[in-house]
Amino acid sequence: MAKDKTIQLTIDGKECRVPEGTTLLEAARSLDINIPVICLHEATTSEGLCRQCVVEVEGWGRLAPSCITPVEEGQVVLTESERVIRTRRTILEMLNASVDLSQSDVLQAQMERYEVDPNRFPGAKKREREILDDNPFYIRDYSQCILCWRCVQACADDMQYTYALAIGGRGHDSHITTFFDVPVPESTCVFCGNCVGVCPTNALQGKTEYLLEKGLQHNEIRARRRQERQDKRRSS
Amino acid sequence: MFNDPPVSSHLLEFLDQNGERGREMLLPALLYTQKIHDFIPPASASAIGAALNVPLADIFGVIEFYSMLASQPRAETSIRICTTPSCASQGSGELVLQTCQHLGVDIGEATRDGQYIVEEVECLGLCDHAPGVLVGDEMVGEATLEKIFNPEDHPRSQIYGDPLYLMARSGEIDPLSTAQFQEKGGFEGLKKVLRLPPKELIDMVTNSGLTGRGGAGFPTGLKWKSCAEVDRFPKYLVCNEDESEPGTFKDRALIEGDPFTIIEGMIIAAYAVGAGKGYLYIRGEYTHSHQVISQALEIAGQEGFLGKDILGSGFDFEIELRSGAGAYICGEETALFESIEGKRGFPRVKPPFPTTHGLFNQPTVINNVETLANVALICKIGPEEYKKLGSEDSAGPRLFSISGDINLPGIYEISQPITLKDLIYEKAGGVRHGKEIRAVLLGGAAGKFVAPDQLDVLLTTQGTREVGLSLGSGAVVVFDEDVDMKFVLHGLGHFFAHESCGKCYPCQLGTQRQAEILDRNLRGQALPGDIERLEDVIATMTDSSLCGLGQTAGSAIGSAIKICPEYFGIEEVSHG
Repeated sequence: MAKDKTIQLTIDGKECRVPEGTTLLEAARSLDINIPVICLHEATTSEGLCRQCVVEVEGWGRLAPSCITPVEEGQVVLTESERVIRTRRTILEMLNASVDLSQSDVLQAQMERYEVDPNRFPGAKKREREILDDNPFYIRDYSQCILCWRCVQACADDMQYTYALAIGGRGHDSHITTFFDVPVPESTCVFCGNCVGVCPTNALQGKTEYLLEKGLQHNEIRARRRQERQDKRRSS
Repeated sequence: MFNDPPVSSHLLEFLDQNGERGREMLLPALLYTQKIHDFIPPASASAIGAALNVPLADIFGVIEFYSMLASQPRAETSIRICTTPSCASQGSGELVLQTCQHLGVDIGEATRDGQYIVEEVECLGLCDHAPGVLVGDEMVGEATLEKIFNPEDHPRSQIYGDPLYLMARSGEIDPLSTAQFQEKGGFEGLKKVLRLPPKELIDMVTNSGLTGRGGAGFPTGLKWKSCAEVDRFPKYLVCNEDESEPGTFKDRALIEGDPFTIIEGMIIAAYAVGAGKGYLYIRGEYTHSHQVISQALEIAGQEGFLGKDILGSGFDFEIELRSGAGAYICGEETALFESIEGKRGFPRVKPPFPTTHGLFNQPTVINNVETLANVALICKIGPEEYKKLGSEDSAGPRLFSISGDINLPGIYEISQPITLKDLIYEKAGGVRHGKEIRAVLLGGAAGKFVAPDQLDVLLTTQGTREVGLSLGSGAVVVFDEDVDMKFVLHGLGHFFAHESCGKCYPCQLGTQRQAEILDRNLRGQALPGDIERLEDVIATMTDSSLCGLGQTAGSAIGSAIKICPEYFGIEEVSHG
């Protein structure tokens, strides 16, 4: 019986009836209401990290992350209230101050939608790191990493069960790392590519795509690869 | 190149003995390794991973999370100097400089012989003995350069209150004597309630009106009831002794002065909810408390207060002692579970709540140290007598930790409602050198600043709520008229930026942005619009963070903007 139970609620003044267990985000989508998300991905576990999907639920003290909050009977929900907009804009402004978001279409669109001032936080500490180019398959540019955890989750229980990646550091200094920060080929990585597939920015990028974007031609890339293989054989 | 000494035979022995328990032994194994090598060498980390079946990357992630674990050699002895408000206002900043100068090093840099490293750390619970320093495993109070290198006896807190209930035995008995403990009424409550059906016991605690003393103030009986009702075993009882709220040291004093009370409270709570196993999680910096409670647990086991068939009741219960490794966030209940489970101390999304899905995803009750001391008291004197203490809406005695610019710093047990002003002037001897109060920080870093004209607030749940304050952990830090508030605020900003776990964006980014603005403010370089920036950051953290840390990370700062706007470079800003 419980399986068939439905819940009625109001979102932005529109009534809807959805199955019990539906999240506020899914309920809103059923009404064609577009709530922005950053960390959410259908293939990885929702941990409620980015809080960009927060909404205002009448009578609740704090905003609710709609991606992980199940609907409740009679709820009255606002997805674009003043409080919600202030939070979304501030999160984007703070994120933009720490991370290079220039190559992320999704985030650029959200910044436009919430009229983000790209220089809102002058003098902010940036999470800069040199590009890590330590394997033939993908590069890691952690100055573009927004810590959505998707790569770590894909590498672990959500997809590949390889456990090559972890979150290091703490707070603002958190970063994606390997065991003692070893280069990827020395880690347990099997180069399945799932982490690259779920990365929402260009923090993880296929090596060929990266080199093409740098202006190299396919034949140049192939020549470079050959050279790398030869060098490796010689050194080993 | 990696410094990678071979795996110690002691570690191999440890892993041999504990390997089959798996990942939950990760933090103990890492702390053990840290003790052997003063860091965690990769070879040891690999051996731990193999024995406990934990992925190597995860182990590194855990090492990086806890500030008392190191992935690279540091030094034999860490000199950890507290720089949070109580100590900062008593000159700890200066002490850091002196110590570094004396050793010829910078902060965080080891001496050339590898002997010492100087670190600035967050609250060590030595607020009434400020400045507080942890030298290796030794706590040093009223620290000076001289004392850092010649530590005296372990600093003890002065206890005030007439009469005393929770603290009646502290300092009066040998903390490790069950005989003396029992002469003064110890285990009386336990003996009474082990004869009751658990349901009656829970009703008793519910009727007493006891609320949690860790900061959130949740009704204890209600928490127990919702766990007891779950028909899923095993269940766990966890004692939260990760006391790290700046300005709070009452739990440390309770554990060190009267450890059997806490054990008694834990047994009672476990019996009420049907838990067969308890964990006592104590913060890594509390080395002396760890020793005391560890001995007390052993004695309690030998004398039949723990283990099988406790006091002939047929009830079995054991307690395992766990040490934290330097992370304020692990005081958050779900982060604490993650830590025991051998993970980074990330708070979990709630619901589900611990009473149904807690430690190892099993039904769990987690209570603070002082709460459990209250439980033992309720069972001894009965809920009716207990309710006569405190006030109608906040039952029972309550411990306040008072520090800062105060004549008589220490722990005050209050069992008759009192205003903040009377607590400071009548009980604690008033402000040092007869100065005026500039502000009082009530409830720790997660609390709020109280202005001099708000001191008439009654220190009860209702009384504080009426004026938008909260008792929190009962921390009271007094700042006199000479305080450099900009410096205090900058310290608070750094505290939260350092202690944010980094999981959710508002806190991960907001604590950093907040600290940056407060740094500028301290340097006299506030930018036009900084107040608005700060207000946006605080509103965002408060309204949308995942856990209590982020939700309160802007609380004290926000209250300071209201009560002393002159410290925020408002003038400069208004021209902008």
